[in-house]
Amino acid sequence: MNLALFIPEITLAAFAVIVILLDLFIEQKRLLAVVSIVGLAVAAVFSVAMWGNDFPSIFNKMLAVDNFAIFFKLLFLATAFLVILASVNYVSEKVTRFQGEYYALVLMSTLGMMLMSATADLISIYVALELTSISLYALVGFLKDKKSTEASLKYLLLGAVASAILLYGMALIFGVTGRTQLGEIAGAIQAMSPNGIMDSPALLMGIVLLIAGFGFKIAAIPFQMWVPDVYEGAPTPVTAYLSVASKAAGFAIIMRVFFSAFGMPGWLSMNWGIIFAVLAVIGMTLGNIAAIPQTNIKRLLGYSSIAQAGYLMVGMAAIGFSPAADIMGRSGVIFFLASYALTNMGAFTAVIVISNKLKSDLIKDYSGMGKRAPLVALALTLCLISLIGMPPAAGFMAKFYIFSAAVKQHLLWLVIIAVINSVISAYYYLRVVKVMWLGEAASDEKVPSSIALRVGLVLSSIGVLLLGVIPGYVMKVAEVAARMFAF
Amino acid sequence: MDFNYLSTILFLPAVGAFIVAFLCGGRSRLIKWLSAVFTFIPLALAIYLFVSFDRSASAAGLVQFEESYLWIAPLNAHYHLGVDGLSLPLVLLTTLLGFLAVLISWKINLRPREYFGWLLLLEMSILGVFMSLDLLLFFIMWEIEVIPMYFLISIWGAGRKEYSATKYVIYTLFGSAFMLAGVLSLYFTTGSLSILDISQGGLGMVQSIMPAGAIFLLLMIGFAVKLPVFPLHTWLPDAHTDAPTAVSVMLAGALIKMGGYGMIRLCVFMFPDVAERYALILVILAIIGVLYGAAVTMRQTDFKRMIAYSSVSHMGYVLLGIFALGSVSMVGASMQMFSHGIVTGLLFAMVGLVMHNARERDLRNLGGLARQMPVIVVVFTIAGLASLGLPSTSGFVAEFLVFVGSFASGIVPWIEGYTLLGVVGVALTAGYILWMLQRVFYGPPQEKFNGVADADNLERVYMIIFVVVIMLVGVYPAILTDVFKLGVAPIAGLFGG
Repeated sequence: MNLALFIPEITLAAFAVIVILLDLFIEQKRLLAVVSIVGLAVAAVFSVAMWGNDFPSIFNKMLAVDNFAIFFKLLFLATAFLVILASVNYVSEKVTRFQGEYYALVLMSTLGMMLMSATADLISIYVALELTSISLYALVGFLKDKKSTEASLKYLLLGAVASAILLYGMALIFGVTGRTQLGEIAGAIQAMSPNGIMDSPALLMGIVLLIAGFGFKIAAIPFQMWVPDVYEGAPTPVTAYLSVASKAAGFAIIMRVFFSAFGMPGWLSMNWGIIFAVLAVIGMTLGNIAAIPQTNIKRLLGYSSIAQAGYLMVGMAAIGFSPAADIMGRSGVIFFLASYALTNMGAFTAVIVISNKLKSDLIKDYSGMGKRAPLVALALTLCLISLIGMPPAAGFMAKFYIFSAAVKQHLLWLVIIAVINSVISAYYYLRVVKVMWLGEAASDEKVPSSIALRVGLVLSSIGVLLLGVIPGYVMKVAEVAARMFAF
Repeated sequence: MDFNYLSTILFLPAVGAFIVAFLCGGRSRLIKWLSAVFTFIPLALAIYLFVSFDRSASAAGLVQFEESYLWIAPLNAHYHLGVDGLSLPLVLLTTLLGFLAVLISWKINLRPREYFGWLLLLEMSILGVFMSLDLLLFFIMWEIEVIPMYFLISIWGAGRKEYSATKYVIYTLFGSAFMLAGVLSLYFTTGSLSILDISQGGLGMVQSIMPAGAIFLLLMIGFAVKLPVFPLHTWLPDAHTDAPTAVSVMLAGALIKMGGYGMIRLCVFMFPDVAERYALILVILAIIGVLYGAAVTMRQTDFKRMIAYSSVSHMGYVLLGIFALGSVSMVGASMQMFSHGIVTGLLFAMVGLVMHNARERDLRNLGGLARQMPVIVVVFTIAGLASLGLPSTSGFVAEFLVFVGSFASGIVPWIEGYTLLGVVGVALTAGYILWMLQRVFYGPPQEKFNGVADADNLERVYMIIFVVVIMLVGVYPAILTDVFKLGVAPIAGLFGG
């Protein structure tokens, strides 16, 4: 047991408490954002320091401190940083009371996600998941207006159902294997004879229920019903956070659970691989088709995130089909998540800038944005191009990488469906671009943006371009992260 | 270290686009001059490369002015540029049209910084396609072109511009979606992204894992949309007609050549066996394209749409030349790509000028303009005659080589018959070109066109450049055919040609 390896998490928890306490004493609430960012930075520094050393696990193998976990911790910290940048103005305008709680909850949910990326035990998985979810339920309802409250309640109820399903699945798996630790579960499964595995419906049922429970987190169809309403009702920075970090955390935990516990024998992993392939097809197709008629940009991005989860599941299918030594599928999913995080954060930051001025999230109100806020419109255009998956943006490289992994495992049919879906998605993403650059401006008034928002926008746009043009370095990092060890 | 000519040519327009878009403010004259400079230098460099290109027989199939750096290590992708006899003339064509497109756009005053920015980026991406020797780089360049094109058509276009722009994008993305699947399959069946390595020795590997025919078809769909091949051509008339003049010039002149180039470079070169198997179908589609395109052209009443449809017909010759699979026919197809680029470029420029000056685009209302536009009518006639393949123009050389080469190639069954059918297309072309000239320029002068102006000095300059190139290639075709031969030789060699 080595508490030093737990320092990033401890730091973040401490800063969350500090933010709440400070809130009682200071008038200038913007300071809270600064303190939160400092907390994120300190936690990031500690995490970076651990990179590259493959430490063993801590807390009796409940938490892993491998490169995979560290990569995701840094991803969540960076996302939380961008979310806080995007929140500063939004919160001070729309959330008059409980600003301290807002930032503290962001930090707490980040903490939960960091734990999610590291947990290697069914029990700690559940605890981490709930820590994240409960913070997010509160954040979604933070505006306290009708839509926000409805969104929060919906999210809570459906989330509770998903948790119950997950718990049931965990109970079944524990019942069959007698273990909660992922590596030990893997050992127990490999010790069973092939017929033994097929003869225990409880185990297979457990695996399916785990997919369902986690599927809620990543908005995989058919567990996506909450997405459009919650995305529309939640405060926009929280929507961004949900669409990026919460999804990434879901994929992190899915990758670890399925790779570590159910990665062997090969035919078993192929079975869940095919489930993910089917979910990918349905998710991409329905997400993209449902996005076409949307008139609200937040709902549009909500459906788009369902479709993006579909592309990510193409990667999961590739992981299922590939032998354990082949890391391309895993590093593809990791790289995709990083590029998707930057892209979606950029898009939502632009949405926040525009909605701060217009008080509207309707796409038709974006008319003439190319004149009123050229740089914001340019950044949003870049992010939408990245979401389509066109070069020179990060989204293209991410898709290329993840589809490469799938083609390598002879999933060409799945890739063809995915690329056709990208074409469908171009239609509705470009509709937003069209309105911004071709539409007449409703007024000539410029759209102002604060420094914090501008920094967030510039950072994510540069990130999107860099990952699109010279992705080699981040791909290498993703490869290192993908070499997680099963235990 | 050698000077990286190709990178310079490739990225100067992009640098220019950045400067024009972000650093010039709204100063329209400065933007235009800078755009002209940033397209002229690549043109000058391309001419220099063309002159210093090694034309000796020993250089057949060799890539010159090569640059290669490791780009994305985990994918083993390289930043790999180079030109051979096939791609160098197309690079030259693109830089030439890029420069002329800036001159043609001189009168654009609507949002000039965005316009010239996108125009320069468009040139970069087309150049990138012709120069790339790495599949990933090739595909990226292929895709980038869509974005400038979308904005150029939908903002500065005319008519149903947004519909046409969206249609263009969806068609193109649809094609490139299959192409991406093809590129990925190629990558994993050969283990390489290098176009040179795959075409030189990857074939054995291709057939071992995935059927080569499937990859060939996936790639072919992407190229067929772009060329375009009947029945995937319906985006072309809309996009060409509604695009602004200079963009039509780039689109018809350089951009659709990416399709033909891709077919030769990837489909035919990498999969000779499959190409031979499917050649008959493609030749038939080519002939349908030639005849159908020409017939539809005759029926058009819109001046610009007429030129646009003629491209469908002319690109049929390119497809015929490529899939006749003979050495001469492929040189002819390449010549046709170059010649069509210049000739149709000039035709679009002239049509734009007539439409701009006379404010009328309906052929039924035009007439008798020869009196008001003495210069334009001469140049238009030259371009029209080049388009129908009159000797001493580039069009004649190209079509002659395609027909002679295809007729004699003897690889595809009954190719002689198909070639003869294709020749009928020339007669139809002569018909609609002469009819168009007659309807627009001759006949009694009309009162309403009395004050209509002729070409001004700047317009005369680019007309002269176009005409000189058409005549030069027509009178001394060896200047190009010698180069194309070097590029085609190893490919035709696969079929014993």
